[in-house]
Amino acid sequence: MATAQVDDKYNFDVVRWFTVMAIVYLVVGTLVGVWIASELAWPVLNFDLAELTFGRLRSLHTNAVIFAFGGCTLMATGFYSVQRTSGVGLWSNKLAWFVFWGWNIIIVSAVITLPLGLTSGKEYAELEWPIDILIAVVWLAFSFNFAMTIANRKTSHIYVSNWFFLSMMVMITYLHVVNSLAIPVSLFKSYSIFSGVQDAMIQWWWGHNAVGFYLTAGFLGIMYYFVPKQAGRPIFSYRLSVIHFWALSFGYVWLGAHHLQYTALPDWTGSIGAAVSLAMIIPSWGGAINGMMTLSGAWDKLREDYILRFLIMSLAFYAMSTFEGPVMSSKTVNALSHYTDWTIGHVHSGALGWVAMVAAGALYHMIEKLWNTKMYSAGLVNLHFWLATIGTVVYITAMWVSGIMQGLMWRDYTEFGTLTYTFAESVAAMHPYYAMRAIGGMIYWTGGAVMLYNTIMTIRHASSNPSVQPSTRATAAA
Amino acid sequence: MSDKIHSTKFQDKIERNVFIMFIMLAVLLSVGGLVEIVPLFYLKGTMEHNQHPEIVWNRKAGQTLADWKAGDGIRPYTPTELSGREVFIREGCYLCHSQMIRPFRDENERYGHYSLASESMYDHPFQWGSKRTGPDLARVGGKYSDAWQRRHLNAPRSVVPESVMPNYPWLEKNMVDPERTQATMSAMRIVGVPYTDADIASAATEVRGKSELDAVVAYLQVLGTMVKFDDAVSYRD
Repeated sequence: MATAQVDDKYNFDVVRWFTVMAIVYLVVGTLVGVWIASELAWPVLNFDLAELTFGRLRSLHTNAVIFAFGGCTLMATGFYSVQRTSGVGLWSNKLAWFVFWGWNIIIVSAVITLPLGLTSGKEYAELEWPIDILIAVVWLAFSFNFAMTIANRKTSHIYVSNWFFLSMMVMITYLHVVNSLAIPVSLFKSYSIFSGVQDAMIQWWWGHNAVGFYLTAGFLGIMYYFVPKQAGRPIFSYRLSVIHFWALSFGYVWLGAHHLQYTALPDWTGSIGAAVSLAMIIPSWGGAINGMMTLSGAWDKLREDYILRFLIMSLAFYAMSTFEGPVMSSKTVNALSHYTDWTIGHVHSGALGWVAMVAAGALYHMIEKLWNTKMYSAGLVNLHFWLATIGTVVYITAMWVSGIMQGLMWRDYTEFGTLTYTFAESVAAMHPYYAMRAIGGMIYWTGGAVMLYNTIMTIRHASSNPSVQPSTRATAAA
Repeated sequence: MSDKIHSTKFQDKIERNVFIMFIMLAVLLSVGGLVEIVPLFYLKGTMEHNQHPEIVWNRKAGQTLADWKAGDGIRPYTPTELSGREVFIREGCYLCHSQMIRPFRDENERYGHYSLASESMYDHPFQWGSKRTGPDLARVGGKYSDAWQRRHLNAPRSVVPESVMPNYPWLEKNMVDPERTQATMSAMRIVGVPYTDADIASAATEVRGKSELDAVVAYLQVLGTMVKFDDAVSYRD
């Protein structure tokens, strides 16, 4: 179909903008990450400036990668795939543009307020109340537009990728609203209405399900659309996706409690969290297998299709980190791993290996479709792939070693029954691994920068070739 | 999609109607949270002071926060401590320092008695943290002198060469805003912290002229000192 016709049928302009912004935020968010990782290795980089200290920039990093990069990716892929799978344009193009501008205003507000120290003090939910309200409004607009587009669909059934997106939308609404309940004292300061143990449980119910629904269910929606598309084959098993979907949706909600084992949270809550965490390996691996086996009979495509490589490598990391997660939530392992860098390593094997890799695969796929062209350089896609893979492995290996070492040093006893190491000695022992982690992050960031360059060149190339590109494209590409 | 592919009739129905799917999800996704969170608000075993009322300060009528002595039990933070806690949150200290000691031998020897849920009953938001890039602070109160704390906050590596903590030289230059402290106390009272009118009225005089450094040090020095633990008592089952 000629692109002009496709554009008449679908609303792709807003998708193009979300796609480009996702890649921009990938580069920005990981750069902040590299910076704060370097601060831990070389504290002089804090420069005695409040706005640049680790404590303030860390929440900027998490918000930038999760909500700016992750959010724009979800909105780009969600708005793209819901139109494709429903065979209709968006329910409201205007509302989609409201989501685009609203979400970007939220991101800009985060970039301004977090370094200034305006924070609610709840991990992964640091933004203050006016921004929280805006998030809720924009999120509901996104969800409503998405659901109404499905309601208008031309197909008889709702495609599986859309189930996962819907599940994410419902759950994130619950989580965000409850966890952000607060009493404002001024325009930019509020206090959680919950305290202590209840606040902790609600926070980690939010914290783990931001991972479980935003970064997993949502990105599984991406997987279920883009892996079969890029491989040119239907999803391996419909039944497996039904089981995967309902088991994952039901189960993930319970996992937050495993972040609070052996704390002042009652033992029953932590134990339920750990037990369900263990069971979660079944739907998680079911999903990973479903994605990977979609390639059965077409594995040779991996040889030349670099975009497909991203998607398959992401599933390998997904399988790995969804095995690691249940292991870490078992009480024995958690006693060692909690409070250490191992947690940071686990998060990044999921975030860098799974989330950002499946996102890169999907974004490359969309760029080729949206601008009706091939990537400017397949070689650079391949370079990005290797930088991302190596960067992730360097990062997580450093954190495994430092995390386990910390845990062992803290609990080590001499033959006289006294603690072997002071805390400061354990900090000193981390230095080489913190340096290595910063280098791993830098490698990963370089891959993202290559992707941004490749994307810009692709778009410029596509818009300067009117024979390939209808002139309507130029406005979107500019 | 083919009309023939379906696993069960009900699943087929859900896949054909976005509103049914939405309702199914809305119900299913609420279960885990309801089961794990709601009981924490009413089960008596959750907060230790239900069984051990002595760990909470029994404030007599007319007593001010200044009448409290270390070990008298859990009480709301004084205005200075509360202002220090605000700085603690603003600087993101909780991202590297936990305030939650687990019941392990090494943690008890390194940091002190394991933390109780009741000890953070007035903490909006909680500050248990999730990472120990630096040591736990749940019982740091009284472990170091005020002078050490001030020097450490200004330039951590001047007292702990291995430290990777940022310097916080601006804390001694910034002054606590008395009006903001009072506003914070009023907000805390709305969410259930038992501040009296007199506490809030006298707060301005207490914090006026104090630097953020004074406030943070006051906060750090009270952490973990409110409860006097009896080693013979098991506070948690």
